[in-house]
Amino acid sequence: MTEQIDKALAREYEAGFVSAIESETFEAGLNEDVIRRISEVKGEPEWMLEWRLKAYRVWLEMEEPSWAHVSYPKIDFQSISYYSAPKSMKDKPKSLDEVDPELLRTYEKLGIPLVEQQMLAGIAVDAVFDSVSVVTTFREKLEEAGVIFCPISEAVHKHPELVKKYLGSVVPTKDNYYAALNCAVFTDGSFVYIPKGTRCPMELSTYFRINEQNTGQFERTLIIADEGSYVSYLEGCTAPQRDENQLHAAVVELVALDDAEIKYSTVQNWYPGDEDGKGGIYNFVTKRGVCHTNAKISWTQVETGSSVTWKYPSCVLKGDNSVGEFYSVALTRGRQQADTGTKMIHIGKNTRSTIISKGISAGKSNNAYRGLVRMNPGADGARNFTQCDSLLIGDQCGAHTFPYVESRNPSAIVEHEATTSKVSDDQLFLCQQRGLDAEKAVSMIVNGFCKEVFKELPMEFAVEAGKLLEISLEGSVG
Amino acid sequence: MSNSNVLLSIKDLHASVEEKNILKGLNLEIKPGEVHAIMGPNGAGKSTTGYVLSGRDGYEVNSGSVTLDGEDLLEMDVEERARAGLFLAFQYPVEIPGVSNLEFLKASVDAQREARGQEALTSAEFLKLAKEACKQVNLPVSFLKRGVNEGFSGGEKKRNEIMQMILLQPKVCILDETDSGLDIDAMQVVAEGVNSQRSPERSFIVVTHYQRLLDYIKPDFVHVLADGKIVKSGDASLAKELEEQGYAWLQTEPREDELED
Repeated sequence: MTEQIDKALAREYEAGFVSAIESETFEAGLNEDVIRRISEVKGEPEWMLEWRLKAYRVWLEMEEPSWAHVSYPKIDFQSISYYSAPKSMKDKPKSLDEVDPELLRTYEKLGIPLVEQQMLAGIAVDAVFDSVSVVTTFREKLEEAGVIFCPISEAVHKHPELVKKYLGSVVPTKDNYYAALNCAVFTDGSFVYIPKGTRCPMELSTYFRINEQNTGQFERTLIIADEGSYVSYLEGCTAPQRDENQLHAAVVELVALDDAEIKYSTVQNWYPGDEDGKGGIYNFVTKRGVCHTNAKISWTQVETGSSVTWKYPSCVLKGDNSVGEFYSVALTRGRQQADTGTKMIHIGKNTRSTIISKGISAGKSNNAYRGLVRMNPGADGARNFTQCDSLLIGDQCGAHTFPYVESRNPSAIVEHEATTSKVSDDQLFLCQQRGLDAEKAVSMIVNGFCKEVFKELPMEFAVEAGKLLEISLEGSVG
Repeated sequence: MSNSNVLLSIKDLHASVEEKNILKGLNLEIKPGEVHAIMGPNGAGKSTTGYVLSGRDGYEVNSGSVTLDGEDLLEMDVEERARAGLFLAFQYPVEIPGVSNLEFLKASVDAQREARGQEALTSAEFLKLAKEACKQVNLPVSFLKRGVNEGFSGGEKKRNEIMQMILLQPKVCILDETDSGLDIDAMQVVAEGVNSQRSPERSFIVVTHYQRLLDYIKPDFVHVLADGKIVKSGDASLAKELEEQGYAWLQTEPREDELED
């Protein structure tokens, strides 16, 4: 059976193509000059450069963390290029008509048409290609509602007061090694501001694409939901199939002010490397949101790509009655390694958090859930519920669970449930005896296992996520 | 040729599990519309017969032949056998959490129809059939929305198996100790479901340890399986005889595992 499963899992990576786009790419290497040049090509104000340089100096003093349940060769940060942009982007295209058609074709091939007439109504897209945002759609319509949705490099110019106030306010520069690196060299990402009392009229999404070889992508996303507002934001990511590993070190910060709600969904499909573990993206990401009074932040992630994932979307429940949620499906196969989970920091009274994590391991992969629930002394009446399920496919993979609970308030309640199961021979046999082939059977069983998380995704994404799992699982049945 | 009317033909079948011989020369011919009961003591190879016929991994056929409708069954994969019309009702139906019964059944029926070159049923058409099937085995329609066998009682699981059989319309149904763990009421419901599916085209192999199920599903033939082969065949009265006398009198030679002791 394992053989059948492996076969089913060994499907091709569909987003693995390379686009022939002429790029301006910095030579590999990292020093203060490189950071000055990044800041210069982006035409940044002095304060932004100073912020970067400060972060760089902090980073130099830090050490790469080694506590995660993953192993990979030491990264040579001097062999990476820290900036790459399509040449055609140099004189900023004013409209879609001026965007390099090859770029548009790339996104179309990925199923993200950027021409507004063809787009899914109700979703605005910011397309980030290597180090720059190439296009952001539906901006006028959003502006009517007072919503700001633009590349962060643009926000630095147009909305400096918001950027200055909130950038680094949730994930401080010193937070961790990769976050500090990101602060120094971040290139692009999305900026969102939802004004007071506004319900964002459409879903916002950012689509990240790494194309250039030997470059890292250091995206920076900042979302601010002002009092009483609501926004649903989606992100997707893919990269070409290459033999070398590539680094993706992003920082995402969410600020949900009083009574605001942010729903953040990710479908991560970076190139996972081949069956022997050659190539693939190192996905070292820091995502965190802070909830003020009565606010809510909900993270939903479907992680199927990357050769190594290190990612813990977290919530700081600062205000009373605030709510944090984390719904995750992480699938690893081949030689993929994932160490992912969340942190729920309960500070305010009556704060509530829910964690539902579904880990699926196949092939020779390793999948770890790592989660922290902290109840601070002031978190009277706080509650957490954690459910952490692992599904094993075959007998050469691993599932690990590292839950950390710190409760410093006697009135706080923390619940943790964990299960580990296998796609059993009995289940497969039942499905096959009813006429289903093994691949369909496994994908159905896995989809069933993930149901609780998929139902949290926006419709279009839920369908995409289901398909993605099917693709990822193809050949995994034996 | 007398074979022309045979639906399932098993000839001198030898099969083993983990290198232990279980079936040692099984012969059986089943014509369309017939109901054959296979009885026998524990360890005789009753459940193994169902698994071998349906092609389960780990059940090794060492020699012999099996044809279904003249086609070589042993050459086919598990799902191909199912699509060819072989259905196994499990003794211990397994749970598939999160996958709704409806989704599972629709996928199964779709796969089988596709393999036979039939058009797929629309969701509405299928739902109608599924609701009727629920009714036939006395399961509330809400069971269609629940995960496959998830949290079902023993009786509900067995009725769910029969419901699947009703929807898949197989040619040969093997009921593997479907009566085990059922009270009389549940057994009656199951038996009624089975009886409603009897037809001149469809045949049944009813595997059971006890005679009582055969009070409700009347067999045309009763076979006694002991030590991997059929040691006695007869009509329904043979079942009564077994009920009264047990199996011991049929055991002509000690079983292999007993010899090993």
